[in-house]
Amino acid sequence: MAYEKPLPQPTAIDAPYWEYLRRHELRLPRCQDCGHIFFPPNKVHCPRCLSDRLEWEKLSGRGRVWSWVVFHQRYFASFANDIPYVVAFIQLEEGPRLMSTLVECGRDEIRCDMPVEVVYDDVTPEFTIPKFRPIR
Amino acid sequence: MTQTTLHDFKDKVCFVGVGDTDYGALYRTKDPKRNQYTLGVEAFKAALEDAGLKKDEIDGLVLVRIPSYQLFADMVGLRYLKAANTFRGEGRMSALAVQYAAMLIYSGLCSTVAVVYGNDGRSVGATYGGEGEGSSPYDVIYGMTSPGAAVAHMWRRYMHEYGAREEHLAAVAISNRRHAGLNPKAVFREPLTLETYLTARYIAAPLRLYDYCLINDGAVALILTGAERARDLRKPPVYLTATATCTDLTFFYTVDDFFRDAVRRCAEAVFAASGLGHKDIQVCQIYDNFTPTVIFGLEGAGFCKYGEGFEFVQNGRISLGGELPVNTSGGHTSESYMQGFGLHAENIRQLRGEAGDRQVPNCQVAMYICPAPICAVHIMTRR
Repeated sequence: MAYEKPLPQPTAIDAPYWEYLRRHELRLPRCQDCGHIFFPPNKVHCPRCLSDRLEWEKLSGRGRVWSWVVFHQRYFASFANDIPYVVAFIQLEEGPRLMSTLVECGRDEIRCDMPVEVVYDDVTPEFTIPKFRPIR
Repeated sequence: MTQTTLHDFKDKVCFVGVGDTDYGALYRTKDPKRNQYTLGVEAFKAALEDAGLKKDEIDGLVLVRIPSYQLFADMVGLRYLKAANTFRGEGRMSALAVQYAAMLIYSGLCSTVAVVYGNDGRSVGATYGGEGEGSSPYDVIYGMTSPGAAVAHMWRRYMHEYGAREEHLAAVAISNRRHAGLNPKAVFREPLTLETYLTARYIAAPLRLYDYCLINDGAVALILTGAERARDLRKPPVYLTATATCTDLTFFYTVDDFFRDAVRRCAEAVFAASGLGHKDIQVCQIYDNFTPTVIFGLEGAGFCKYGEGFEFVQNGRISLGGELPVNTSGGHTSESYMQGFGLHAENIRQLRGEAGDRQVPNCQVAMYICPAPICAVHIMTRR
């Protein structure tokens, strides 16, 4: 069955982020001058020191659940069958935060600050979406 | 030239007119002729009447949410204005639009400015989330959308950090509703019980239906002028004694300190500029797009310590008759979602003594707090 949920919308700037994910690597830009790592990867410069010397740094894939919510309201037809579904705000070990979801985890098990690690969901041949599961 | 400060601005600009719509009546009816512009014109006319001003005495027009200042100016026949512009339809813009109007007057660019807000969200089926609602492409792939869910993330984290529970929020929703019961124009006036609150469906858990602002139609117009001119007009002037903004702009609406540090900076600035303190504030309107922001705002503004807000709001402290009445018109969850403008109107009416059954006795000092990506705090007073 075709994947009907919203897909990533790569731009000329963040295309490598999605391409690395397709290869099952979580990478974000790291400033070669001040060391800052940031999300989202939608900039060609470092937002902290404004340097344009960036490299795609491979991350550990580990982090923790900063917070999480459960959607009961239908905002997207393509998510209607998933309701109630979890969205988690993940704090990566390297500092940045990103929205994602949790897998291999019952809703009663979720706690703030729970350690998690990335898993790669190959939703289409072109796109892989990073999700997270508890580190057991 | 010496740089001016907030001290110089103190009490130089006043609110002299306020007009709005009957939110409850609009909620119960539909009208194909109703839109942001027609609603805005209705509020504008009411504000002129309230101020005792003629239309042509308005020389600045600041619109919020109403997309075209040109179309609106034509609709009300205001051709030669000294300033005209539109602010985006975001709740954080209400205080900013008021600040802009005040600066136009204080600088001498304008003499009397109308700030007009119109919202036809119910008529047009606004959802504030989902496809085409401006959510980040990095978020929607997980079904993440809406400011409500962003605040739900913050409330979950707040509960984790301080040991608050979901039912602590009920006090805010129930207090708002109690106030709306005393406001003939409010959309929802029937009392809200703890049981009804707790059995209502979740929207984005941990937030439930009654934690969310309404989606309704209405408009508010505020007219401001200089303090000298204000003294000759129909109603007692309400002074914009001090106002300050502090942004908290990150990629996400969810921020890790719940907007408190930004609100704190605003509050420190307005207390310093006005010479007033927490004990002087008799009524407070807090931008409650979702109920947790009342707690975040009270903590940020220093009415209690960080982490104590969920206990502060219990036991009637923020209700009429309590230590610090908050959102006395019913707020965004019960009166109307006019994105901060209804809250401005309420402060003006409280300070004038026009708040009817919900009047705070002898109200002389009021505060407005907006905890959002652009935070703002006003102190408003009467003599």
